[in-house]
Amino acid sequence: MEEQQNIRTEETGQKPEAKPTPAPIAKVMERQLFVLSSAPHFKKPANVSLIIWLVVMTLLPTVGFSIYNFGLRPLVVIITGMLSAMVAEELVNLIRRRKLTIADGSAALTGLLLALTLPPGLPLSMVIIGASFAIIVGKQIFGGLGYNIFNPALLGRAFLQTSFPIPMTTWTTPRTIDAITTATPLGSFKFEKILTPYIDLFIGKVGGCIGETSSLAILIGGLILALMRITNWRIPLSYLGTVVIFSGILWFIDPALYPDPVFHLFSGGLMLGAFFMATDMVTSPITNLGTWIFGIGAGILLVIIRQFGGLPEGVMYSILLMNGFVPLINRYTRPKYFGEVKK
Amino acid sequence: MKLKTFKKGVHPAEFKQFSEHKNIEILPVPKEVFIPLQQHIGAACIPIVEKGMEVKTGQLIGRSGGFVSSTTHASISGKIKTIEMIPHPLGINILTIHIVGDGNDDWIELPEPISDWENLSIEQINDIVLNAGIVGLGGAAFPTQVKLNPPKNKTIDTFILNGCECEPYLTADHRLMVERTEEVVIGVRILMKALGVSRAIIGIESNKPDAIDIMTRATEKFWGIIIQPLEVKYPQGAEKMLIDAILRRKVPAGGLPMDVGVVVNNVGTALAVAEAVLKRKPLIERVVTVTGQGIREPKNVLARIGTSFQNLIDFCGGLTDEAVKVLMGGPMMGVAQSALSVPVIKATSGIVCLTDKNYIATKEYPCIRCGACIRACPINLIPTRLARLSQFEKWDDAEQCGVTNCIECGSCAFVCPAAIPLVQHIRIGKMRVAEVQRKQKIEEKIIKV
Repeated sequence: MEEQQNIRTEETGQKPEAKPTPAPIAKVMERQLFVLSSAPHFKKPANVSLIIWLVVMTLLPTVGFSIYNFGLRPLVVIITGMLSAMVAEELVNLIRRRKLTIADGSAALTGLLLALTLPPGLPLSMVIIGASFAIIVGKQIFGGLGYNIFNPALLGRAFLQTSFPIPMTTWTTPRTIDAITTATPLGSFKFEKILTPYIDLFIGKVGGCIGETSSLAILIGGLILALMRITNWRIPLSYLGTVVIFSGILWFIDPALYPDPVFHLFSGGLMLGAFFMATDMVTSPITNLGTWIFGIGAGILLVIIRQFGGLPEGVMYSILLMNGFVPLINRYTRPKYFGEVKK
Repeated sequence: MKLKTFKKGVHPAEFKQFSEHKNIEILPVPKEVFIPLQQHIGAACIPIVEKGMEVKTGQLIGRSGGFVSSTTHASISGKIKTIEMIPHPLGINILTIHIVGDGNDDWIELPEPISDWENLSIEQINDIVLNAGIVGLGGAAFPTQVKLNPPKNKTIDTFILNGCECEPYLTADHRLMVERTEEVVIGVRILMKALGVSRAIIGIESNKPDAIDIMTRATEKFWGIIIQPLEVKYPQGAEKMLIDAILRRKVPAGGLPMDVGVVVNNVGTALAVAEAVLKRKPLIERVVTVTGQGIREPKNVLARIGTSFQNLIDFCGGLTDEAVKVLMGGPMMGVAQSALSVPVIKATSGIVCLTDKNYIATKEYPCIRCGACIRACPINLIPTRLARLSQFEKWDDAEQCGVTNCIECGSCAFVCPAAIPLVQHIRIGKMRVAEVQRKQKIEEKIIKV
């Protein structure tokens, strides 16, 4: 109460009187249980955890398709990922003597997103290691929810990719196709120049990571989020748009060497990355101009990695690299405030 | 007509239904009043009465203390009991004149009423406004005669009457437009004359269709007065937002409406001007909306300045048992009161009593950089960054990001999904930066000399 009054006097810019004379009508103060606080006295209820759980919900079509595509094994990976992420989160909270944060759902979401980027056949021990790394190094070391620079799920995946390169690129054949090849569409094109049919690509009847195969399922959830204004639509639009334009130019130059933009768009983890990873609020820019720069930058990086790098896929690194630029982007894209005049 | 509005902003629940269709009731003359000598922005009034003196209603008791200042009048007749520091609704102690009424409400002899106000000179109108103690009645309480006296190098081409009343709950201006239409319109015409402008625009939000209707009919015959219906959005009643909404002119940062050729006044102010000119009545009473879920009978009350909040609340049936918070002003920018002994001042547009159901106190989460505050800020600032810069006392960075332009409307804190008290942090930062800027200016002057 005292603190509040201090703030109030600060606000009016007046120095509090040295010895305030007691009010002559102080007797009227029998009801002094009024709540004192600084305006505004209205506010929408807090819904951070609601937002996070909603993102989890919109990933359900993707989870569902992965089960259809690969059988029950992805579900085991997903549950392992989510549980170990939540356990890691609470362990850190216990060590840091903080309140438990499991209810806000952010650890569950990180675990889920990580699992979706893993091959369905990855040994569960590695899933646990990846999820713990994502939470502890990706998020908690920076101070927990809201403070991390890099997308924790992608950081966890990057860690697994470097630590266990072979299991991370061992692909399970989907139940939905009877092909002998078990490579991902991107891999088959990069190393064998085999183009997968677009319809299979779009629906997701291809090999790959658990959650990345079906562009359709991702689009359903991703568009819901963007339409609800939970994610910023500028990020997927600029990211995907840049990929289409840049890869289109390359394709135009040499169609034999470079796949067409449609293939780029629906193959690999691009859809999942564009709608669920790049749009992570914490690790993407807060200004509108910044989100355009972020998306375009990630798009250019992606095509460069896919076409000129040693790896078939570049979604993870393109987003992580741009994550690193976000503080800088935020700093230099401050919008003009009302009535601002150039000096 | 198409509804105009400004960019961004928020739309809180309106809660106007409690009092929007209730006629203004006159509060019986109170037994005692407490009249603070500072009820406006600028220099405090200088008391010209002493303890023990008898005063009459309408008598001048505080004279203007500078260029940006106003005057104060006794609002009841009686004897001055004390002149001392007592709590003011803004949360500070202010030198206040305590008058104990004699129960007669004897008015001082007012000057001759002026019916042919159209023949008054601009100076005469200014003089009347100053001597009637008229300040902006919307909440900021800026002395009106200062607004009417723009520097010679500023040309004013438009007068805007602010009938937005964008704060939830408040309905005082709404009722004035409906019930005292003629006088409000005369007030507008007097203000137009004082400013030498031929165009006046009255901005009213579309949630007051009866006011729009009645004001349109009342101004039909006056060429140059236009009614502009506006979309319902907060903070439309903020001067800068209103000018942008109606005229698409942007007041430069750090500037005043007169920089874009506009003067904005509130509905209540226009009525006070009309009364001061026509009846020569000083500003000793105003309409206060006493409302909220925490009051038994919400009402619009015409109350004498200096009446205690308690008196008004009793007149409205008292607080309910659930009432936990009493505000002066609306819930977005109002000031929470610790006691009901504080007096109604010229800027008291409403007394809003909230119950705990109104105020959902939720756990504060860390900022997840969702950008909701950025999408809400009408000034186009980055509230989350400003709040953090304030917390870490980075005054230079905060200044560079435009912290001093914050109008403290509270939209950012209202929308924040993490329940971070953004505007509260920014307010402190704004004050500190202003302090540093003042010091720098003084130092520069010293160096120049």
